[in-house]
Amino acid sequence: MSELREVIIVGSGPAGYTAAIYAARANLRPLVIASSVEAGGELMKTTEVENYPGFPEGIQGPELMIKMQEQAERFGAEIVLDDVVSLDLAGDVKSVTLGNGDVHEALTVIFATGSAYRKLGIADEDRLSGYGVSWCATCDGFFFRQKTIAVVGGGDSAMEEATFLTKFADKVYLIHRGSSLRASKVMQERAQADPKIEFIFNHTVEHIYGDELVTGIGIVDTTSGAETTLDVSGLFIAIGADPRTHLVHGQLDLTTFGTIAVDGRSSRTNLPGVFAAGDVIDPTYRQAVTAAGSGTVAALDAEHYLAALPRELKDRVEVPAERADVSVGA
Amino acid sequence: MSDAKAVTDDTFQTDVLDSSDTIMVDFWAEWCGPCRAVSPILDQIAAEHADKIKIVKLNVDDNPAMAMKYQITSIPAMKVFRGGQVVKTVIGAKPKPALEADLAEFLA
Repeated sequence: MSELREVIIVGSGPAGYTAAIYAARANLRPLVIASSVEAGGELMKTTEVENYPGFPEGIQGPELMIKMQEQAERFGAEIVLDDVVSLDLAGDVKSVTLGNGDVHEALTVIFATGSAYRKLGIADEDRLSGYGVSWCATCDGFFFRQKTIAVVGGGDSAMEEATFLTKFADKVYLIHRGSSLRASKVMQERAQADPKIEFIFNHTVEHIYGDELVTGIGIVDTTSGAETTLDVSGLFIAIGADPRTHLVHGQLDLTTFGTIAVDGRSSRTNLPGVFAAGDVIDPTYRQAVTAAGSGTVAALDAEHYLAALPRELKDRVEVPAERADVSVGA
Repeated sequence: MSDAKAVTDDTFQTDVLDSSDTIMVDFWAEWCGPCRAVSPILDQIAAEHADKIKIVKLNVDDNPAMAMKYQITSIPAMKVFRGGQVVKTVIGAKPKPALEADLAEFLA
């Protein structure tokens, strides 16, 4: 058991790191549980980010996240590359247990675990995952040089994946169940102008074929019900993401969208001292910059909560000797 | 940086297929974020089980022949070789306990 802290942040996307920057600058010495293999969050799997303010030429997603991490560390945030396996959030002192067995305790927890890729939920999807079925174009696109592949989805991430994949593939089918796209205008136009991308509207993917590797998919017309087989060697799934809340089921209230319920525009959950930020509370916008803003809200809410705690609780927080030397601001 | 020895298209036969050890090949690339994330975990597993398994890396950018031969379509892809044969494939970056569970039969 390590010493009692003021703030533990679970998650290391834009929400988690921005909360860490604010909490660290408030001299709360946050501990960020960043995950063992997903530190930096979703943006680690993207390429060019063109809509994050302050980068007029765009910035690579991984580079942006490394900069956020460095900024948090500069002000004294501690970052642990491990995964949370369980949380006890009910009492005045919250405890967080990690995959390596370490238990950390804090007076507040900021929960910013983001979301996880949604699956199609059809047969053979799991079996062929990694064998032609993919959720990460930047990781796997390279292996589909001169191949024909399909992307399923209608949002920005589907457009981005399809456009990125044309660097490698000869042809990319973009399959969308609706008749119009959710994606932003600029992303739609870029994909539609690409001669390698063929849009197939009003179709769902119902089958994935292949013994060892994907060889084709079965798509069904949502109006006529007719099924067509497309010979593709890859299927990239970009149909959205679900808030990652399994760690707090039974402890934190959820909304009908499955996101963590927070009080109004704040980050306050149903449990005192527990705050939530980023995609895990956001069923609507889910942008890097809205997540970052949400992380700011959570850090400020945690700071106010800590300020109002009784002295006997705050006195239990062990302040390391070197903390007096930490200079913040400027 | 990874501690694992790099193998190539040219050295694969000698370093992996002809080896009498249990060898896990980590197929990776510079541009693959999950590959970078899992690399230190593989180093730890290799260090903790040095008598059981050797872990080497193959850069798929520089060594397309082996990536193609083993039908890699997603990285990180980790393939365990014994006596020149693939006996286990693990795909995707996973936390250490999950990787140890996947590889349990080779680490015990």
